[in-house]
Amino acid sequence: MTIIPTPTKPWTASTKDRSIDGAIFLVALLSSYLLVSLTPLKGKLAYFVCFFLAYAILTTGFKGVQRGNAAAKDALVNSLVAIGAIVTVIPVASILTTVFQKGLPGISFNLFSHDMALATPTDPLTNGGLLHAITGTLTLMVLALVMSVPIGILTALYLTEIKGRFTGPIRFLVQAMSGVPSIVAGLFILSAILYPITKGYSGFMGALALTILMIPTIARTSEEVLNLIPNDLREAGTALGGTQWRTVAMIVLPAARSGLVTAVILGVARIAGETAPILLLTGGGDKVNPNAFTGPMGSLPYYIWKSFNAGSPEAITRAWAGLLVLVGLVLFLFTTARFLGSRKVSK
Amino acid sequence: MTTSHESENQEMQTSVKPSSLADVANAKAPKAPGTSALGTGLETRGVHAWFGKHHALSNISLDFAAGTVTALIGPSGCGKSTFIRTINRMHEFIPGAAMAGEVLLDGKDVYAPGTDVTKIRLQIGMVFQKPNPFPSMTIGENVLSGLKLAQLKVENKDDLLEECLERAGLWNEVKDRLGAHGGSLSGGQQQRLCIARALAVRPQVLLMDEPCSALDPGSTLRIEDTIRHLSDTMTIIIVTHNMQQAARVSDYTAFFLSDGGPGQMIEVAPTSEIFSRPQDSRTESYVTGRFG
Amino acid sequence: MSTQELVIPAPREIVTQPRHSDKVFRGVVTGGGLSSLAILGLIAIFLGYRGFEVLRQEGIGFITHSDWSISTDDAGNVLDSHFGLAAMLVGTILCSLIAVVIAVPISVFSALFLNFYAPGWLKKILITIIDMMAAFPSILFGIWGFLVLMPSVEYWAKLLHRYLGFIPIFDMQVPVYTRSPFVAGVVLSIMIIPIITSVSREIFSQAPLDRIQAAYALGATRWAMIKAVVIPHGRSGVIGGAMLGLGRAMGETVAVFTVLNIVFQVNWQMLLGAGGNVASLIILKFGDASPYEIKALMAAGLILFLLTLVVNAIANLIVKTTGKSGR
Repeated sequence: MTIIPTPTKPWTASTKDRSIDGAIFLVALLSSYLLVSLTPLKGKLAYFVCFFLAYAILTTGFKGVQRGNAAAKDALVNSLVAIGAIVTVIPVASILTTVFQKGLPGISFNLFSHDMALATPTDPLTNGGLLHAITGTLTLMVLALVMSVPIGILTALYLTEIKGRFTGPIRFLVQAMSGVPSIVAGLFILSAILYPITKGYSGFMGALALTILMIPTIARTSEEVLNLIPNDLREAGTALGGTQWRTVAMIVLPAARSGLVTAVILGVARIAGETAPILLLTGGGDKVNPNAFTGPMGSLPYYIWKSFNAGSPEAITRAWAGLLVLVGLVLFLFTTARFLGSRKVSK
Repeated sequence: MTTSHESENQEMQTSVKPSSLADVANAKAPKAPGTSALGTGLETRGVHAWFGKHHALSNISLDFAAGTVTALIGPSGCGKSTFIRTINRMHEFIPGAAMAGEVLLDGKDVYAPGTDVTKIRLQIGMVFQKPNPFPSMTIGENVLSGLKLAQLKVENKDDLLEECLERAGLWNEVKDRLGAHGGSLSGGQQQRLCIARALAVRPQVLLMDEPCSALDPGSTLRIEDTIRHLSDTMTIIIVTHNMQQAARVSDYTAFFLSDGGPGQMIEVAPTSEIFSRPQDSRTESYVTGRFG
Repeated sequence: MSTQELVIPAPREIVTQPRHSDKVFRGVVTGGGLSSLAILGLIAIFLGYRGFEVLRQEGIGFITHSDWSISTDDAGNVLDSHFGLAAMLVGTILCSLIAVVIAVPISVFSALFLNFYAPGWLKKILITIIDMMAAFPSILFGIWGFLVLMPSVEYWAKLLHRYLGFIPIFDMQVPVYTRSPFVAGVVLSIMIIPIITSVSREIFSQAPLDRIQAAYALGATRWAMIKAVVIPHGRSGVIGGAMLGLGRAMGETVAVFTVLNIVFQVNWQMLLGAGGNVASLIILKFGDASPYEIKALMAAGLILFLLTLVVNAIANLIVKTTGKSGR
């Protein structure tokens, strides 16, 4: 009976390796500091660039001497991919901190209880609020949902359940539709419906444009979700004598429920912040407007846009506060979708 | 190359039904003694392997003499492939992998801290079960790809190319189309291409993980022929499910078994002995086909 | 056993008559599915219909000239008009190209980092962050870009001009650095990095594991393996992803509007604060446009629609064919 030794991982970096890495890191920091103080380079950019250059040169040189050319190139690419990842993430950090920093001062209770009917963006922040914007955005989202979810899910059902001869073209078109610029969707509704038929701004017009933007997202995500449902379920349904539509309605769709909800939420998150069609179609009212079919309707993007364009410090703070609310809403939707998506198979 | 192949074929045919694997083992052409054998060989001492908490391999101590072919046999799942992957340090790519023990190449532990793992893999080459030439490269580029990957400089690339393809038994078939696509060859040819590729970096040890299991019998025999000739200058360790193959090709055979726990090495002996006079009863059950 | 030859019968024809409810079901679902065809077609038709008059008047000059002026008399009748999108088209392409040139290397390196260098926990966190970034509203990028990023970008522009000014696109006659195509390009690049990174990440993760192992077994370092296996395999997929990002950048409206100075003159000098962008033009002019001018804007929308459609179609084609065959 052999005594079982403890499992080890001799390939992980030893303390010696780690301390060498640490030393290189510190030397790079030091040299960047020195370079910046001794040369006319200045600013955060200079520090970053000098640091990365120093780090890359040091690791490449060190590995080159220690292990040869191939290892040197490998070390260089190590630095590059790390830089890539960092550069990708920096804007997110910056955006989130800025939104918080600049938006928080504008948040107050009256923000959520008043609208801008009796105030202008340049007024001090105790006047007015974005109640109309919130109700407007919510109204738009609900309307767009009601119109786009059926079409999106039906499209997905066609692609997964019926698989008729239009499958290829429809899939292609859904992809194409996801690339339609939001302003084009806005112009389309403008030309097809607003000018000839309704002749006036309203929330409904905006919702129509948003529907066009939502359908591809919902259709694509739903298709993926429905494809994950194993065929055994469908076969069991038809073997029991069910018609196709009963099988789909009573077995497939319920099984895919949480995935479909995720698809819908992702679609909503996509359009929550869309600005261009709203600017063209909704008229951006300042009052809470319960009627989506007549009269201009406010929304968060429009409110932000209007405040930003007013220009004064109070107005800019209003814009940031509006952005904070909007980002909060998008993040909420996003995490809900993520959470539901990861709980997927709830059989 | 072709003549010795034919003579081996004839040997097999004249002994029609080999009455036992021992006969097959004994029917091999004798090895040419020590032709520039490289180094002092490979030794593993008390090698264990884990996948996370699962103890997969227990206390494998084997001494592979330079210039020999050792076959590792045993039923599926007893850790033979895991074992050879601990030798060329491919085991550590699996998340949660851990090991214990030593793997000594020329007396130096390949897991010693500060070892350059890429150099180890240049000295210990590997041929996989499924042929995997690089499709974006030509045949010639495939063979020399190891040099490019490790940034090794070589005096005469064409000579090296011809030598490796020759030793892998592929030169005659591809010498006129070295510029053709790596994927345009048959399965057996692709595997020989992978062998040539492994040879180009001049390893001391060659690990082969069931190299013929995805091939037809004709290609299998040609590759076994290649293995016999390669062992003149390197140490070869071959994992195989095919006992006849082990008997045909190897000098030593090690029998691995797992009884539900970690895989263990039950017995190692010269090939003819393990098939004619196995010491352990479990070995005997396996080689006589009672299980496996 | 009879010694007759076995006669192989012809296969029977199996006909299923779907139940009535299923016929309705199929009809409804097919209708829903075809809606995307209908919508895209309608977009093209309506924009074309509205913009037709202007297109007919301007002819090909709509795309090649660079002007936007309309004069009306008191009654609102159009006296004279010139509409030419050239500067805007050039601007759209310039800004989008800058965005792609900046975004692709960063995205590819990030995708490589995520797939081959990052430890498991870090990979999950970063993927969440990047997906989150893709969900941010464009107006956020526009305002953040204008208020926070622009000063830094102007500084970089000055550096570029000082040290690389001999290259024509970095040169300029009048040193006006604010609201240049370069700034717009940088903001757009930040917006499309998540898209390109996601697509690249998917492609790289499909690199064949057995070849990766073969490369390592030959003694390759991580970068050597990537160069030999991952990049040849993923090259066209990454190009497809880059084109998707390009399409997205071309259609962006508000993010560009805040940081770009719209000027009706074809300008390739990207550091100069004068640019064009079709989408932003539409927003800019829409506010107080006369009915005739609106037709011109519709025509502009049509051009933009067709442009993004083509780019996206090519991109999707490339990504699809790579994903499947894996070569």
